[in-house]
Amino acid sequence: MIPANFDYESPRTLSEALDLLASRQDAKILAGGHSLLPAMKLRLAAPSVVVDLGRIAGLNHIRESGDRIVIGAMTPHADVASSKILHVACPLLAQAASQIGDVQVRNRGTIGGSLAAAHPAADYPAAVLALDAEIMAVSRSGERSLPATKFFTGMFTTELRPDEIITEVRVPRTEGASVAYKKFHHPASGYAVVGVAVRIKKAGTRIDSAAISITGVGHIAYRATAVENALRGKPLGVIAEAAAHAAEGVEVLSDYYASAEYRRHLATVFTRRALEQALEASGK
Amino acid sequence: MQKNVTIDINGQPHRQAVEPRLLLVHFLREVAGLTGTHIGCETSLCGACTVLLDGRAVKSCTVLAVQADGRSVTTVEGLAQGDKLHALQEGFWEEHGLQCGFCTPGMLMCSHDLLANHPTPTSADIREAINGNVCRCTGYQNIVNAVKNASRKMAKRVSARAGAR
Repeated sequence: MIPANFDYESPRTLSEALDLLASRQDAKILAGGHSLLPAMKLRLAAPSVVVDLGRIAGLNHIRESGDRIVIGAMTPHADVASSKILHVACPLLAQAASQIGDVQVRNRGTIGGSLAAAHPAADYPAAVLALDAEIMAVSRSGERSLPATKFFTGMFTTELRPDEIITEVRVPRTEGASVAYKKFHHPASGYAVVGVAVRIKKAGTRIDSAAISITGVGHIAYRATAVENALRGKPLGVIAEAAAHAAEGVEVLSDYYASAEYRRHLATVFTRRALEQALEASGK
Repeated sequence: MQKNVTIDINGQPHRQAVEPRLLLVHFLREVAGLTGTHIGCETSLCGACTVLLDGRAVKSCTVLAVQADGRSVTTVEGLAQGDKLHALQEGFWEEHGLQCGFCTPGMLMCSHDLLANHPTPTSADIREAINGNVCRCTGYQNIVNAVKNASRKMAKRVSARAGAR
């Protein structure tokens, strides 16, 4: 399987890359290539020019910055999964990264690439939604911050403009919160049939706040607000009941592997399990 | 459009003008003539084409040759030193870690990445490490045994070297 021909550019700086995007219609950005190259091989994508970000310095890092952790857009999943900083300060993101695809995919795929691709069953979208992350993007007209909750607009579509490049993802420190990412892997592709990211805060024996997001179930990952509402201010015992709202109001996907009914059921089961795991990890 | 690329493969530089769409696996097999790296599914799922790119296991069907320009690649041909097999190859030999052998180069390279980071993996670590590699013959048990065998051998050699100092 060979992609259609294209021109290849490998800029050394972000500003060169932005110039290329601004001047070449139909340019596609290549990050880790694990969404774009498979699509190009299947001729689902045939850009006339590919702009490879792989040789731009300064996009691959994980660092602490005040009350946030900043992850460079070109950081591969494997580095997010094994980051000591994230294990302490934001383990949810590391947990999600460690469950993406397989070793080889995690060595190449990047956080910026995965977010920009907006695959309906990707893992990161659930994690960044539950974390209320900020996605930073630049274009020649400047930098802007896109809240994760407004970033995904539909299957494979985001708020990003064609001339913008994601530079980094900012996530909050979550020490003191109970977090978990729980996933039902598609046995062949490794994508999430259902993936649930959970971030809750307890106040004594009650749940003070809850951010729950689910990937794989709808056209794009979403915040399960019905579950969040059913948890907020309630005793810890309501988890199973609250999880039953996991796919409420969502148009549930259906394919040859998992019917809508089955997915809806899995969403409930995995939401409950993710909540249980989060509470267990933080010590009930 | 053609691009000149130079890729270091198993310590040897290979220079060639290529179309940007040329996949790394095709560069390895057709430009460098190293056919040990296999093409299985071509859809990033089976892992037969796994090589090390700058030391990390990647599926060479999902990397462009131009992305590997100036970088170093290790293929299965780079494991043995002359006639002396690598500990992993010995492990696969001794534990019958292959039947048809099609998946073996990918299994070896993925296991190489694992042992470089986790010299004494558990069975669960090994199974997780080869999760992206499909074998249709062995049922995986002998592959797990083979990687363990190699890990023991490598640990012994490390301690023998340390003792000799």
